[in-house]
Amino acid sequence: MELTTNWYLVLSIFVFSIGAVGLMVRRNPLVMFMSVELMLNSVNIAFVSLGTSLNDVGGQIAVFFVLVVAAVEVVVGLALIVAINRRHPDATADDLSTLRG
Amino acid sequence: MSEVITFIVAAAIIVIGAIGVVASRNPVHSALFLVQTLFGVAIIFLIQDANFLAAVQIMVYAGAIVILFLFVIMLLGVDKSEDLKIDPIAGQRPLAAVIGAALLGLGLTVVLIASDGVTGAVAVSGSDNALDNGLSDVERIGRVLFTDYAFAFEVTAALLTIAVIGAVVLTRRPVAAEMLPDRNPASLELPPLTPATDEEEH
Repeated sequence: MELTTNWYLVLSIFVFSIGAVGLMVRRNPLVMFMSVELMLNSVNIAFVSLGTSLNDVGGQIAVFFVLVVAAVEVVVGLALIVAINRRHPDATADDLSTLRG
Repeated sequence: MSEVITFIVAAAIIVIGAIGVVASRNPVHSALFLVQTLFGVAIIFLIQDANFLAAVQIMVYAGAIVILFLFVIMLLGVDKSEDLKIDPIAGQRPLAAVIGAALLGLGLTVVLIASDGVTGAVAVSGSDNALDNGLSDVERIGRVLFTDYAFAFEVTAALLTIAVIGAVVLTRRPVAAEMLPDRNPASLELPPLTPATDEEEH
């Protein structure tokens, strides 16, 4: 039995689907963020394995940039969550109606 | 064979952690399951000789991002565990399950139907960006990152700066509210933010 790229891609798809379902189901904005992190990580797995199979370091470079963007996204997103929570404690993702003027 | 066993163990860690993130009622448990998943992904990187990325994965993700999550969870109150039994929007969960299953099915079909999973230009053996050029992992990434991807790297620096400034701007209290004398010394609560003061901020 040999470890092929497809194994990694299948794992990646599983993690991506779980993250997507979490994003759709959960209402706590923090957990939704964590689901997004899951999806980003699944893509990282795919990047590295595809890079390995093409003998190219580009996949790893892409993962490096994804890591940076994920960190930035978390910083800004959590700042937004804190700012919203200061004004509306117990805010969930369902409270979109408060966006109406 | 040992690679296969390592992969299966890592995959189990990752998938169990991912399900835990989505299914935990308490956000703290979700964050800890996320750490489990991130460690599994680091193992997957190690199997593929991406040692640098595995280290960065643990330092940046598990060390910084999850800690940031935990900080915010603690800041907003830990005791708010969500009741997963109720479904406030009728049909949200069945619909999410259907879409998730569709995503999974589509992805698996694409990967497993194709006889030759990966197509594309294979890097020239021994070239700068080939994985078999005899350099160490860190040296290879460093060389490519500071030559071919130098511009993207610099844009990354700008992005990080913007994120830091954005976080500070978003979370600081309005100056006007802080300057006001506290009319009720007994309360250590923040004065309520009014939309008017907020608009002056911008």
